[in-house]
Amino acid sequence: MTIREDGQNLRDTGLGEIELDHRLSATWSTPSGLWGALSSVDHKIIGRRYIVTAFVFLALGGLLAMAMRLQLSQPEARFIGPDRYNQIFTMHGTNMMFLFAVPVMEAMAVYLVPLMVGTRNIAFPRLNAFSYWMYLAGGLLLWIAFAVDTGPDIGWFAYVPLSGPQYAAGKRADIWAQMITFTEVSALAVAVEIVVTVFKQRAPGMSLDRIPLFVWSMLVTSFLIILAMPAIMIASSTLILDRLVGTHFFNPAEGGDVLLWQHLFWFFGHPEVYIIFLPAVGMVSTIVATFTRRPVFGYLAMVMALVATGVLAFGLWVHHMFVAGLPRLGESFFTASSMAIAIPAGLQIFCWLATMWAGRPVFRTPFLFVIGFMVIFVIGGMTGVMVASVPFDTQVHDTYFVVAHFHYVLVGGAVFPLLGAIYYWFPKITGRMMSETLGRWVFGLIFTGFNLTFFPMHILGLQGMPRRIYTYQPEMPWSGLNMFVSLSAVILAAGFLLFFIDAIRSSATGATAPANPWGASTLEWATSSPPPPYNFARLPVVGSLEPLSNNPETLPVASGLSVDRRELIVSSVVEALPEARESSPDNSIWPLWSALATTVLLIWSIFTPWAVVWGSIPVSIALIGWFWPKGTPEDDA
Amino acid sequence: MKQSIVLDLSKLPAHGLGAASLTWWGTLAFMLIEGTGFALSIVVYLYLMSLAPQWPLNAPPPDLLPGTALTALLVASFLPNILVARWAGQQNLEKVRVGLIIMSLLGVAPLIVRIFEFPAMHISWDQNAYGSIVWVMLGLHTTHIITDLIDTVVLTCLMFSRHGDNPRRYGDVSDNAMYWNFVVATWLPMYICLYWVPRL
Repeated sequence: MTIREDGQNLRDTGLGEIELDHRLSATWSTPSGLWGALSSVDHKIIGRRYIVTAFVFLALGGLLAMAMRLQLSQPEARFIGPDRYNQIFTMHGTNMMFLFAVPVMEAMAVYLVPLMVGTRNIAFPRLNAFSYWMYLAGGLLLWIAFAVDTGPDIGWFAYVPLSGPQYAAGKRADIWAQMITFTEVSALAVAVEIVVTVFKQRAPGMSLDRIPLFVWSMLVTSFLIILAMPAIMIASSTLILDRLVGTHFFNPAEGGDVLLWQHLFWFFGHPEVYIIFLPAVGMVSTIVATFTRRPVFGYLAMVMALVATGVLAFGLWVHHMFVAGLPRLGESFFTASSMAIAIPAGLQIFCWLATMWAGRPVFRTPFLFVIGFMVIFVIGGMTGVMVASVPFDTQVHDTYFVVAHFHYVLVGGAVFPLLGAIYYWFPKITGRMMSETLGRWVFGLIFTGFNLTFFPMHILGLQGMPRRIYTYQPEMPWSGLNMFVSLSAVILAAGFLLFFIDAIRSSATGATAPANPWGASTLEWATSSPPPPYNFARLPVVGSLEPLSNNPETLPVASGLSVDRRELIVSSVVEALPEARESSPDNSIWPLWSALATTVLLIWSIFTPWAVVWGSIPVSIALIGWFWPKGTPEDDA
Repeated sequence: MKQSIVLDLSKLPAHGLGAASLTWWGTLAFMLIEGTGFALSIVVYLYLMSLAPQWPLNAPPPDLLPGTALTALLVASFLPNILVARWAGQQNLEKVRVGLIIMSLLGVAPLIVRIFEFPAMHISWDQNAYGSIVWVMLGLHTTHIITDLIDTVVLTCLMFSRHGDNPRRYGDVSDNAMYWNFVVATWLPMYICLYWVPRL
């Protein structure tokens, strides 16, 4: 039986599968063609774009790394001059942190969280489209500037006074600071979307204790973004003001302070590490559960560890400033807190080990990356405990020891789980499997290449090699290891090249993937691969932490939703009891116009403060166009 | 995968209000972001103060009149704002229209007073770090007043259009009222910081 109310509101109740698919597709599809692509608000389309763009930036950042390794492979090399080298290491760090690591984690969440909580689109899908365009514009700004020799050359944390008006003439530092604005606006937007999606759009029955660990990790990450990123926005904005209109925030001669920059930067910058790492924790938990064929040991402990890490992340920032001459008591406090954060991290490691111990591990490619992650991350964690101690840090500060440490933590802690996650969710996203054979080669090359490249850097650092030098003299005892590191980097790069080849090839010709190729238990596997535009024909009803493991054949679902308008379920925060059938915004071109207008304002304001006045007029017009109701069922019904 | 229908949601309302509305939560999240920004600006103020040999740096404390008048205006706007939110909850179109017009005017009024507030600081942004943070704090808060004013004016137009009489719009009105409360509430610590801390 079909229910029709007031002549137009057709419900899904009683519709046959084919009819339902037909009608939902008509309501939820993104139209083909360029205009359709530019107006899409489908979280899967935008998530895919986000992921691909982030990986393009990864590849570009990798090329910069290879350029640096070429230059450092021998003493007094002449491949790259000092000015270009400064731009290259600044671009490498900035690009990897702001254009790759944070966006790629959020991108995975944009794609996966709505599916994992069993809803049809992310909350505020137009904001989601806007955030992607802002991210793309910020990335283009940075890379185009670099291409025309105006790339920032002040290091990825842009310390004043080097980045201030006195020592950084021209617009290079402003490009860096404004790129921050672009990426933070986009990151904050996605964080809000994820928080609201997780709080209010969970499938009926998915109470707090049934939320998948990846979703928990993204929720905590989103709160970290919300609380940490305003600090860097204030920092970069005040830097631009110092440079453009002569404020004195960082000018000691007029009552400003250079350490204020470091405080603001690291109050953001340290949580940033966990913004990158916590999503990876969620990925690892998901992969471990699937490939050991059992739930992760200690679900509650894992959630508590995520939350504890999130809280502690805000109490560590000063450990980046141990050589800045701060009060002893402060240093001791931050040493203690830096060591304390090893406790929740260790707890998680032991929970995963217990899961593997009690389960029946299947050593497929995603799981191999998890093993690689555990080895590398534990090494990075141990050097982390070492540099948390002030006397040791004073010795190795600004040396290659630190370079080695943070690559172990970031690449080991985030990139390995991410690559595992790509192998794991690739079939869901593309409908095709990646190659298991190539995957093993990719893992082997990257694991070997990574350790051979970065482990010797610990030794170089202990031998006193400073970071950020464009060359070194032959008398220094560093030549042999540097050549070794550069050659090893080729192995690492070959691994990534093979990964890209596998991903591109598989997306075109890989074996067709079934809905649930790994026999996993979370909701994204309950729908086809790739999912239809509406995600689920009927929204699932959840009765356990692992909704697909109790009865893999039949999915309990809810009915009664409209098929004439984009509709999803809003549920209560704690118990996920259904509260309303809510509409989800339709496709719109206005987010793109808004992003373009904002881009004009932000880039223009590098040159004149009046841009903020005049530029805000088109921004306002675009935003009004975005929010003004269009008379569609989504807006008015 | 086969489906078995275990739950019928056809009786649920077609739009959630209050805590059942997504925009309500989104507004809260943006308030958290901006509130963090405001709090950090106060932290920067206090940090710079802690370094300075005397405070304010090379300037007398700001005149109290414009800032206090603005504070009084903002606090006074609280009452009509609460009323608008209540009328929106009752879905009373006529009263909401009147209330929004009043709130638009109450958004313009503090902007006029603010014009006198900047000179009352007796310092320019480019004189020293004290001037810089004072101007940035005032600027940050002014941006919020302007943003909410534009929002209120657009909503007022909307409520006079054919799209107005709709539960979704009433939800927008009450979310907008909540955001104005936030703009008022964040000003109070900033007012104390800007006007009274230099007099300690």
